Amino acid sequence: MEITKKDIEHIAELAKLELTDKEKEIYGAQLKDILIWMEELNKADISKAEPASYALSGKNVLRKDEVEKFQDAAALLSNVPEREFDFIKVKKVIE
Amino acid sequence: MKAILIAQKVKSGEIKATDVTKEYLRKISAKDEKINAFLEVFADSALKKAEEIDLKVAQGRPVGKLAGVPVAIKDNMLYKNHKMSCASKILENYISPYSATAVEKLLNEDAVIIGRTNMDEFAMGSSTENSAFKNTKNPLNEDYVPGGSSGGSAAAVAANMALISLGSDTGGSIRQPAAFCGVYGLKPTYGSVSRYGLAAFASSLDQIGCFTNNPEDLELAFSVISGHDKKDSTSLDAPQERKEFNIKTVKIGIPKEHFMDKIDAEIKKEFLSTVEKLKKLGADIIDISLPNTAYALATYYIIASSEASSNLGRYDGMRYGRTSKRADSLISSYKLSRGEGFGPEVKRRIMLGTYSLSAGYYDAYYIKAQKMRTLIKEDFKKAFKKADIILTPTTPTTAFKFQEKLKDPISMYLSDIFTIPASLAGVCAVSAPSKNKTENGLSIGMQFISNHFNEPTLFSVIGMLNNE
Repeated sequence: MEITKKDIEHIAELAKLELTDKEKEIYGAQLKDILIWMEELNKADISKAEPASYALSGKNVLRKDEVEKFQDAAALLSNVPEREFDFIKVKKVIE
Repeated sequence: MKAILIAQKVKSGEIKATDVTKEYLRKISAKDEKINAFLEVFADSALKKAEEIDLKVAQGRPVGKLAGVPVAIKDNMLYKNHKMSCASKILENYISPYSATAVEKLLNEDAVIIGRTNMDEFAMGSSTENSAFKNTKNPLNEDYVPGGSSGGSAAAVAANMALISLGSDTGGSIRQPAAFCGVYGLKPTYGSVSRYGLAAFASSLDQIGCFTNNPEDLELAFSVISGHDKKDSTSLDAPQERKEFNIKTVKIGIPKEHFMDKIDAEIKKEFLSTVEKLKKLGADIIDISLPNTAYALATYYIIASSEASSNLGRYDGMRYGRTSKRADSLISSYKLSRGEGFGPEVKRRIMLGTYSLSAGYYDAYYIKAQKMRTLIKEDFKKAFKKADIILTPTTPTTAFKFQEKLKDPISMYLSDIFTIPASLAGVCAVSAPSKNKTENGLSIGMQFISNHFNEPTLFSVIGMLNNE
C-alpha cells in the first residue's frame, strides 16, 4: 500500500480541500497507516453477504406531496457570508 | 437533585423555575471556567423560558414533563436564533434558523435550555480535544479528557451544571464520555430519535441520545425526545411502556470473543463484579458470540468517513459558514474555505472517506465494509435470540490524559472498540457508571446493549443495579 503525493493531491482535489505541503505529508502518512489497518477486513469471508446501507431494514413511509413553506427565509439568508439583496454572491464561475 | 423531582416541584409550585435556572447559571459561572463544558451559556433565553413556566404555574395552566429542568445541548443541534458551530471554525458564527426536533420536544415539555456544549469538531473524535475552540476537562480529575465526541455534554452533567444533556452518538460519542465522566449515557436505537436539525456526520449511524446522573432521568429524557418525526423518514415510534419485568427471567449474554486481554485490570475487576451482582439478583448469565467484532472498527471507520465526506460536502463557504478571503474563483473559494475552516481530524476523515469512495477503491473499501456491516448485524440478531442484554465494558481503558492519543489517530480510534459494534447494528445501548472510583478518581462504564427498540429493558436493568 503506497500513497503518493500525487494520490493525496488527487483525493484533496476530489474533496475540494486546499492542503498545505505539510498537511499533504502528514495526511499521506496517516492515511497509509489507516488503510493498512483497514486491510484487516481482507481476512474476513464476506463473499455471501449483501452490502447494508442501514442498520434497520426500514419501511416506506408515504405521505401526500404537499408543499410546506419555510416561514423564516430571512433567518436562512442572514447566514449567507456575501449577498446582494436576496441573492447569494459567489466568485467568478467562468474564467 | 433528580430532574424528575425538580419538574414535580416546579409543577406543584413548591419551587420556581426561575430560581432553579438562576441556581444553575450560578453553578456554571462558578465551575465552568475550569471545566470548559460550555461553548456558550444561553442565560437570557433560559431565564425567559423559566419565567414563562412560572407564569403558567401561577395561572394554573398545565406544564410539561421537564418543567424547569436545566438541559444542555451538544453544539451540533439547532436551537432557533441561537448559535450552533459544531465546534468548528467553518460554522463559528452560524445562527440556527429553526430548531431540531429533539430540541423542540424538550421545549414543548418546558425544559430550560441553558447552553450549548463543547465537542470534537463535527463529532469526530473521542476526547473533545478536536474542538476548534477549547479543551473540556474531566470533572472527576481535571488532568484527564472527558471523552468524546460529546465530552462537553457529559462533563456538564457530571459537574452538575445541567441535569440532563443531549449528545449524539455515531460510534460511541455518548457512551464513551459517559463512562469517562461517571454518568449515564444512552444511545437509543437508530431511528428512535429524529435527526432533523442534527448536523449530519454519518447519517446511517448518527443518533441523538442523552446524559443524566441517574437511570430515572435517563428514561424521562428519552421519553421526551423519542418518536417518529415526519421530517426524518428514518425515524420510528419506539415503545415507551415498561414491560412486565423480572430479572430472574433476563438472560445476560457475555460475548466470548474476548476482550478480557484488551482491557485494563481495574475495568476487568469492575466487569466481573457487575456480572456477580447480576447473578446474585437472579439473572441468567450466558455465553454468546459476536464473531465479527474484530472487524467492526475498520468497518466503522470506512463507512463513517465515507458518509462524512459526502455529508460535509455542503460546507461550501457560500450559503453559510466561513468564506475564505483569499479566493479569486469559485473552485478556489470552495477549496480555501474548506481548507481554512476544517480542523485536522475532519480533514483526515474527509480524505479517508473520499479515498474509499473514489473510482478503483470503492469495491475494495466501501462495499466491503457494507458487506461486513451485514455480517455484524446478523451476529447481533443471532445473539439476541439467546440473550436479552449483552454486557461489555464501555471502554477498554479509563479516561486518558490530554495529548496522550492526539498524535496517533489509530490509538484514538481504538477507544471506541466496544461501542462501535452496537452502532453498526443500530441497536440500543447504555453506559452505566461504576459506584466505586479508581485510584485517580476516575469512573468505569459498563455497557448494556439490547435489541432494537428494547430501551425499556435497559432502563429496568440499570435501575435495578443502581438500587443495589
